[in-house]
This record gives sequence, C-alpha cells and structure tokens, in this order.
Amino acid sequence: MEEELYEVRFHGRGGQGAVTAATILADAAFREGKDVQAFPIFGVERRGAPVAAFMRMDAKPIDIKTQIYEPDSIVVLDSTLLEVVDVAKGLKENGKIIINSSKNASEFDFGKAKVYTIDATAIAVKHGLGTKTNPIVNTAILGAYSKAVGNVSIEAIEEAINEKAPRKKEENKKAAREAYEKIRGG
Amino acid sequence: MAKITIMGNMATALGAKLSRPDVVPAYPITPSTLFPEKISEYIADGEMDAEMIRVESEHSAMSACIGASACGARVCTASASQGIALMSEMMFIAAGMRLPIVMAVGNRALAAPINIWCDHQDTISQRDTGWLQFYAERNQEGLDLMIIAFKVCEDKRVLLPGMVGIDAFVLTHTTEAVDVPEQELVDEFLPKYKLELSLDPNKPMTFGSFGTPEFYQEFKYTQVKAIEKSSDVIDEVFAEFKKKFGREYRKIMPYKCEDADVIILTMGSMSGTARAAVNKMREEGKKVGCCKLTVYRPFPGKELMDLTKNARVIAVLDRDISPGFGGALYGEVSAQFVNEPKHPLITDYIIGLGGRDVLIENFEEIYDKSMDAVKKGRVEKPVEWINMNQEVL
Repeated sequence: MEEELYEVRFHGRGGQGAVTAATILADAAFREGKDVQAFPIFGVERRGAPVAAFMRMDAKPIDIKTQIYEPDSIVVLDSTLLEVVDVAKGLKENGKIIINSSKNASEFDFGKAKVYTIDATAIAVKHGLGTKTNPIVNTAILGAYSKAVGNVSIEAIEEAINEKAPRKKEENKKAAREAYEKIRGG
Repeated sequence: MAKITIMGNMATALGAKLSRPDVVPAYPITPSTLFPEKISEYIADGEMDAEMIRVESEHSAMSACIGASACGARVCTASASQGIALMSEMMFIAAGMRLPIVMAVGNRALAAPINIWCDHQDTISQRDTGWLQFYAERNQEGLDLMIIAFKVCEDKRVLLPGMVGIDAFVLTHTTEAVDVPEQELVDEFLPKYKLELSLDPNKPMTFGSFGTPEFYQEFKYTQVKAIEKSSDVIDEVFAEFKKKFGREYRKIMPYKCEDADVIILTMGSMSGTARAAVNKMREEGKKVGCCKLTVYRPFPGKELMDLTKNARVIAVLDRDISPGFGGALYGEVSAQFVNEPKHPLITDYIIGLGGRDVLIENFEEIYDKSMDAVKKGRVEKPVEWINMNQEVL
C-alpha cells in the first residue's frame, strides 16, 4: 500500500476544519517522504453547510491534477452528515470509513467497507479545542486516521499539527494522540 | 533549501517576496486574494521591506504599478479574471512604456455567467497587450516562475512586463510540497534592479507621451522586437536557473514525443494529468506523447515545430475560446505550420472551461478522435468540445 497512490476524502461542515485536516494529513505524509496534494472541494464554502476536502499521497511524484472520485478511505468529521450526504460514494472496495461518533463501529453498515469510530467531539471538548457547541475535531480525527489506516504515523501527524495548527498546538497534539489510542472498529 | 507544503497562492507570494519587490499595489479578487494577504503579512511581520499600496480597483492597481515602476521600483501585483479585464487598458500602457512589472495570476473564467473556477480566458484574452506570459503546472513552478519572470522582464534586451499564471483552485488553493530557494541564492540570481531611464525630478523625462503617426508604428515595432528577443533571454535565464537551483524549465517541455503519432499540447495544471494519461495509453501500446507549454508569449513556434513535426496529429487543448473561431492556441499552432510543405494534422479541443475537471478519460477520447483523423487523412471537425453535459444542451 505504501508504494501506491492513496486518496482520502474528508466530510465536514463549513467551519469544522475539514480543509485544515486534509492539509495537516498531507503535511504529515510529506514529512515521511511522500509527494502530496491537499485541496478543498473547489467552490464557495459556507459555515455549517456540508463541505468536502481531499488528500492525495504517493511515494512517487504525483502528476495527476483531477479531483478525487474513488477514495481509498473516508473521514467523517460530523456524524449528522450521514443523513444528508452519501459519504461512502465512490469508496474503493474494502476501503475504510472513520466516523466521529460516540457509537460503536458495529452500529454502522457500509457493506464491505471497514468502519471505525472515535468520539472526537468528546476528546476535542476535553482538550478545550473550540467550544462545547462548536468543538474543533479535525486534529483528533487525524489521530484516529493514523491508527485505522496506518500509512501516516502519529508522530508525523503531531509534527504537522505543530507546523500547521494556528493555535493550541499542544492541546491539538494531545487530542490526536488520545484519539489514536481510543479508536474502535475495523 | 527548505521544502514545505503550501498553497499555490502562497507559492507565488513567496516567489514575489524572495524577489524583493519595492512596491506591491494590489486589489484582492478570488482566487488570488491570498497573495496580497500574504504580502501584507510579510510586511507587517518585518519579513519584507516593501510598500504595499491598497487601491480601490484593479485599474488603479495597475496604474500604481506603472507609476512606481516608471520611478525605477521593482513592482509586482496579483489578480484574476474580472480584475484582469478591468486592468486591460493599463496593461497595454505598462507594456508600451516598457515597464518590467510582474503579475501573479490565479487563472479564472470570465463572466457571464459568473464563475470563480479555472480556465485560461482571463490571460489569453490579454495576449495582445505585450506582456510575457508564463503558465505553471504545479506550485513549485509558480514560485520559480515568479523569480524567473523578474529576471527576464528586467533584462535590458527585454524591459517588458510579464505574468505568471497558476490555475484557479487546482493550484491556488491546493497544498503541495515546494522547495523554497534560499534568499541568498535568489539575491545572487536576481540582483538589485536599476532602471536606466526612470522618472526623476532632477532629470525630467516623459514616459508614454503622445506617439504621432510619424513615430507610433516604430514604437510598436521596437516593442515587438523586444518581446521577440525575450525568447533567447528566457532560454538563458532558464539555463542559469537550472544551474543555480537544479530545476529545469523549457518553453515547451516534451514527454514521450519522439515516436508519437499523436502529440497532445497543454498549458497549466492539466499538463500533469496529460502525462499520467500518456503513461496509461503507452501501456496499451498507443503511440502518444504530450507537450507542456510553459511560455505562451513570446510564442515558442520554432521549438514547437521541432518537437512536433514528425507527429501525425497535434491535438491542441484550449482552456479558452475565441467565440466565432475556436481556441486561441489552436490558431497559433496552425499559423506556425501553415507555410510548411508537409505538416501534422492539427485538431483543437475546447476543455475544462469554468473549472470543469480535466480527466484522464478525456485525454483518451482526444487520442481516439485524433487517430480517427489520421485514418481518414483529414480533420472533419477542427474544433471539438470535450466532456459536455449533453443533458442541459
């Protein structure tokens, strides 16, 4: 897997930091020697509206500049999106879905996809990231990604948070590490 | 050199910062807004010693660029789409006054209907202003070409403005790894700039004055000679850049073209996808290659002919349209070959307007259509539109 092109799609709501999550994951993969791209869904973003962001990584230089239609894994920052967006659209067979939810992974059914859950909201609130009503969950969910997918180390994600998180770097790193340890499912 | 991950707008802003401009007049517009934001941040943080002029429109931005540049300052700005359309009047003046202003562009479609996404209509429409035009495939090129553009434009044999295009969103808002050259090396490559003739109260002079019929044509002729001369200067600067920073640029970069039946000609970010498509088709035994046009003005016609003359078809991809004719690039490629006794068939494909994604399967379709022309020995439909949403037509 490490030698091949790997693509991730993030689902969130405007203001939740899906684009920053994609950017931090790309920076982390870059720190481990990969060529990377991270980009928002090209368009106008509104606070609260469903948004998507993308990350592409490869051990070889990446030539392709298209958007991502068939991701290898999917990260859902807000489980209320499951009712309004077909989050699994285009997911490769045996792909992985990581959902921010307090439920068990077994409570979700996405066919052959492997489902993981992490209560990133509780972790974000615990570490004082965002507010209780608007927690910033993007760094916690990246810790979960690291454990579930295994192609970007938690150490690289911590380094990338250090570089890219605009504030509360230590709290964000702790949130990522806690999610890395607590993720369920697979 | 430090390698970091940044968005395309930050790459061009960093390229500008490393080039040490004295004055940066700018008016924000999607998708280029991050450029003036970063420049003002650099200045506020003391990382950059420049005067930022906040203006009330793009027309004023270019006017301020012209004034500052005529005083001998190194000047840059950024814009896109409607902003460039509004600047157009002053862009002719910048070139006619022979002022080496450099502009970063986030290539975006023009209204109506209003659209903030990528195509090349904004800069292609300004091709006759007399500016040099460079197009980047990735963020690294955006940064490098900013530095290169200053060096070419300020060369005494050239003295013309130039622009560096990075595709809206596909580059402006996409994060990629970029090698940031050391300031010391950039300073050696691009030393402090001195305009020999500039506005000076102690030595009064007029720029851009009246050009009566006795002189106007000669003014234009020397201006055109200068942009023609820039062709050799660009080669020299590319060679020097490679020596200093290790990265190679060519006016046209060929890929697997030697034995190709079909050569696909692209500009901007779709050039990478073109290479990926060529690799896929080569595995299937198709003799196809592609050429990336990095320099659109001056048009590198001779280089293009040398690289493509043995192909059976040149498939020109235009991310622009001249209504009532076809793609701009198609017209220029065709004109280049028209006096040759034998030349490839030339086909035009309008693609990716207003941010429509350019896909590998589009290149496969283009190859098939081009080979169809080879089989028939003629081009029945010279200008074709690719990946149309038939449902809404």
